[in-house]
Amino acid sequence: MITRRDFLRYVVIGTAGAAAPLGLANPAGVLAGKDLTGPRWVFLLDTFKCVGCGLCVKACKTENEIPYEANVSRTWVERYVIMKDGTVLADTPKAARDGFTRNVIDLGQGKTQAIVTEDIAKAFFVPKLCNQCENPPCVQVCPVGATYQTKDGVVLVDRKWCIGCGYCIMACPYGVRFFHPVSHTAEKCNFCYHRISAGLKPACELACPFGARRIGDINDPDDEVTRIIKDGRVSVLRAEYGTNPRNYYIGLSEEVR
Amino acid sequence: MKLHVLRPLVTVIGIVSIILVARALVVPDDFGVHERGYMYGWHRKGNEEDWKKFKIKYRGAEYCGNCHEKKYQTIQRSPHAIITCENCHGPAIDHPSEDRPKLDINKERAHCLRCHTYFNYPTSGRRLIRGIDPEGHNSGIECVMCHNPHSPGLGRAK
Ligand code: HEC
Ligand code: HEC
Ligand code: HEC
Ligand code: HEC
Repeated sequence: MITRRDFLRYVVIGTAGAAAPLGLANPAGVLAGKDLTGPRWVFLLDTFKCVGCGLCVKACKTENEIPYEANVSRTWVERYVIMKDGTVLADTPKAARDGFTRNVIDLGQGKTQAIVTEDIAKAFFVPKLCNQCENPPCVQVCPVGATYQTKDGVVLVDRKWCIGCGYCIMACPYGVRFFHPVSHTAEKCNFCYHRISAGLKPACELACPFGARRIGDINDPDDEVTRIIKDGRVSVLRAEYGTNPRNYYIGLSEEVR
Repeated sequence: MKLHVLRPLVTVIGIVSIILVARALVVPDDFGVHERGYMYGWHRKGNEEDWKKFKIKYRGAEYCGNCHEKKYQTIQRSPHAIITCENCHGPAIDHPSEDRPKLDINKERAHCLRCHTYFNYPTSGRRLIRGIDPEGHNSGIECVMCHNPHSPGLGRAK
């Protein structure tokens, strides 16, 4: 007769043994620490400098082959208008692909609201893109290992591996993910991984005439962006989610979500 | 062992081995746990290279300056020096080449109005750009009929 104690022991040993060939029981892999050699890409966004021209969105869509007419984009610009009575108005028509050329808020479904300039307390533009979080929830939920984080901190999507289940799109607290209209796989900003890996600036930064969006390497203490993040007054979006986002904003207001 | 134990046992072992063999055949060698650990780094390593090979389209103003030197010099002396050529002419990709001998020229009013529609927005850099009222300022006529896009400061009325 087998005792209960022995039975439990065999079950534990058996399970561990069965897991080994799957690579799940590789302690080195599971506990892999952070490697501080090489770059760790971050972004610095300045809401005082951004004028809402949307040239970043135009360049991003073209560079990354996101169908131009489809109402999806890897990056977008939001307009915030905070009235003196506390009302917050915000819009991003067509992801601001064509900029903001009218002093009218787009409420969607063809509805608009005029802005009375005299009643504005503050109004500004906020560029948005993937935060390349240190703890990306979108990666945690992927059931097949199609989205992952590289050593330099960028979260990528493997279009061949993605099954299009959409969990990651739901998991992202910042709403940066969407389905690519052509490949039908999850799609997101990757800081123009092909450009930064070749030593170039991302397309949005190249297109921005005002220096409102800049990439930086937080592991390089001599990088100007790093210096501004380290000694300047910067904030991140939705810090309370614990995702540790890596896009730092200058001049963020509490109304910005 | 008794037959009623042996039969299901063999079946289960058989199924598990088939799954393991199939997995070994289907999953590529470079699929596994990489730098960012099991939670964030479980992926196909080769995909990083796939992304690095993505086609670069925007080349930057210095590249254009190699050939269109006069244009480059002119715009550098104007308040539009901050705008890279490709914002108005589209991405270079492999221009100049057989299938891209020339680039587009965007003369739409809407394009200039991205920056020049006047918004008096406190706390935004937008109000610092000299702006116009799109309906009031010579509506219906292309801006570049009167303004030189490469040198808007000088010779306003062309
Ligand atoms: C290797 C040299 C070279 C480079 C670099 C180059 N071009 Fe050109 N470009 C040409 C030539 C040659 C033509 C054809 C001229 C013609 O037919 O009048 C041309 C034509 C053009 C035209 C159309 C001119 C017209 O009269 O219709 C535009 C606009 C243009 N280039 C913009 C650019 C921009 C913007 C860049 C940078 C992204 C650039 N070019 C980079 C050589 C170059
Ligand atoms: C603000 C938008 C804008 C920017 C920035 C810009 N261009 Fe242009 N460019 C135009 C427009 C509009 C025309 C057409 C002008 C016209 O028809 O009067 C033009 C015309 C041209 C032409 C051909 C026509 C000609 O006048 O010979 C060339 C070549 C050209 N641009 C090159 C460049 C280069 C190189 C740069 C960057 C150094 C540049 N442009 C930056 C808007 C722009
Ligand atoms: C990316 C934003 C942007 C775009 C697009 C743009 N401009 Fe400008 N423009 C500027 C800035 C910035 C200045 C300089 C700020 C100032 O002096 O008000 C300026 C200045 C000017 C001036 C005044 C120059 C002076 O010194 O008197 C004129 C006129 C002008 N632009 C016309 C145009 C026309 C025409 C187009 C479209 C072909 C255009 N702009 C597109 C940003 C832009
Ligand atoms: C019929 C010719 C004409 C057209 C078309 C035209 N402008 Fe002007 N614009 C002028 C003249 C002349 C001035 C200078 C007189 C003035 O300041 O009002 C001027 C002035 C400006 C200024 C400087 C305003 C300031 O406060 O100093 C800007 C910016 C400007 N235009 C942008 C544009 C833009 C953008 C368009 C297209 C949407 C455009 N213009 C279309 C003739 C034109």
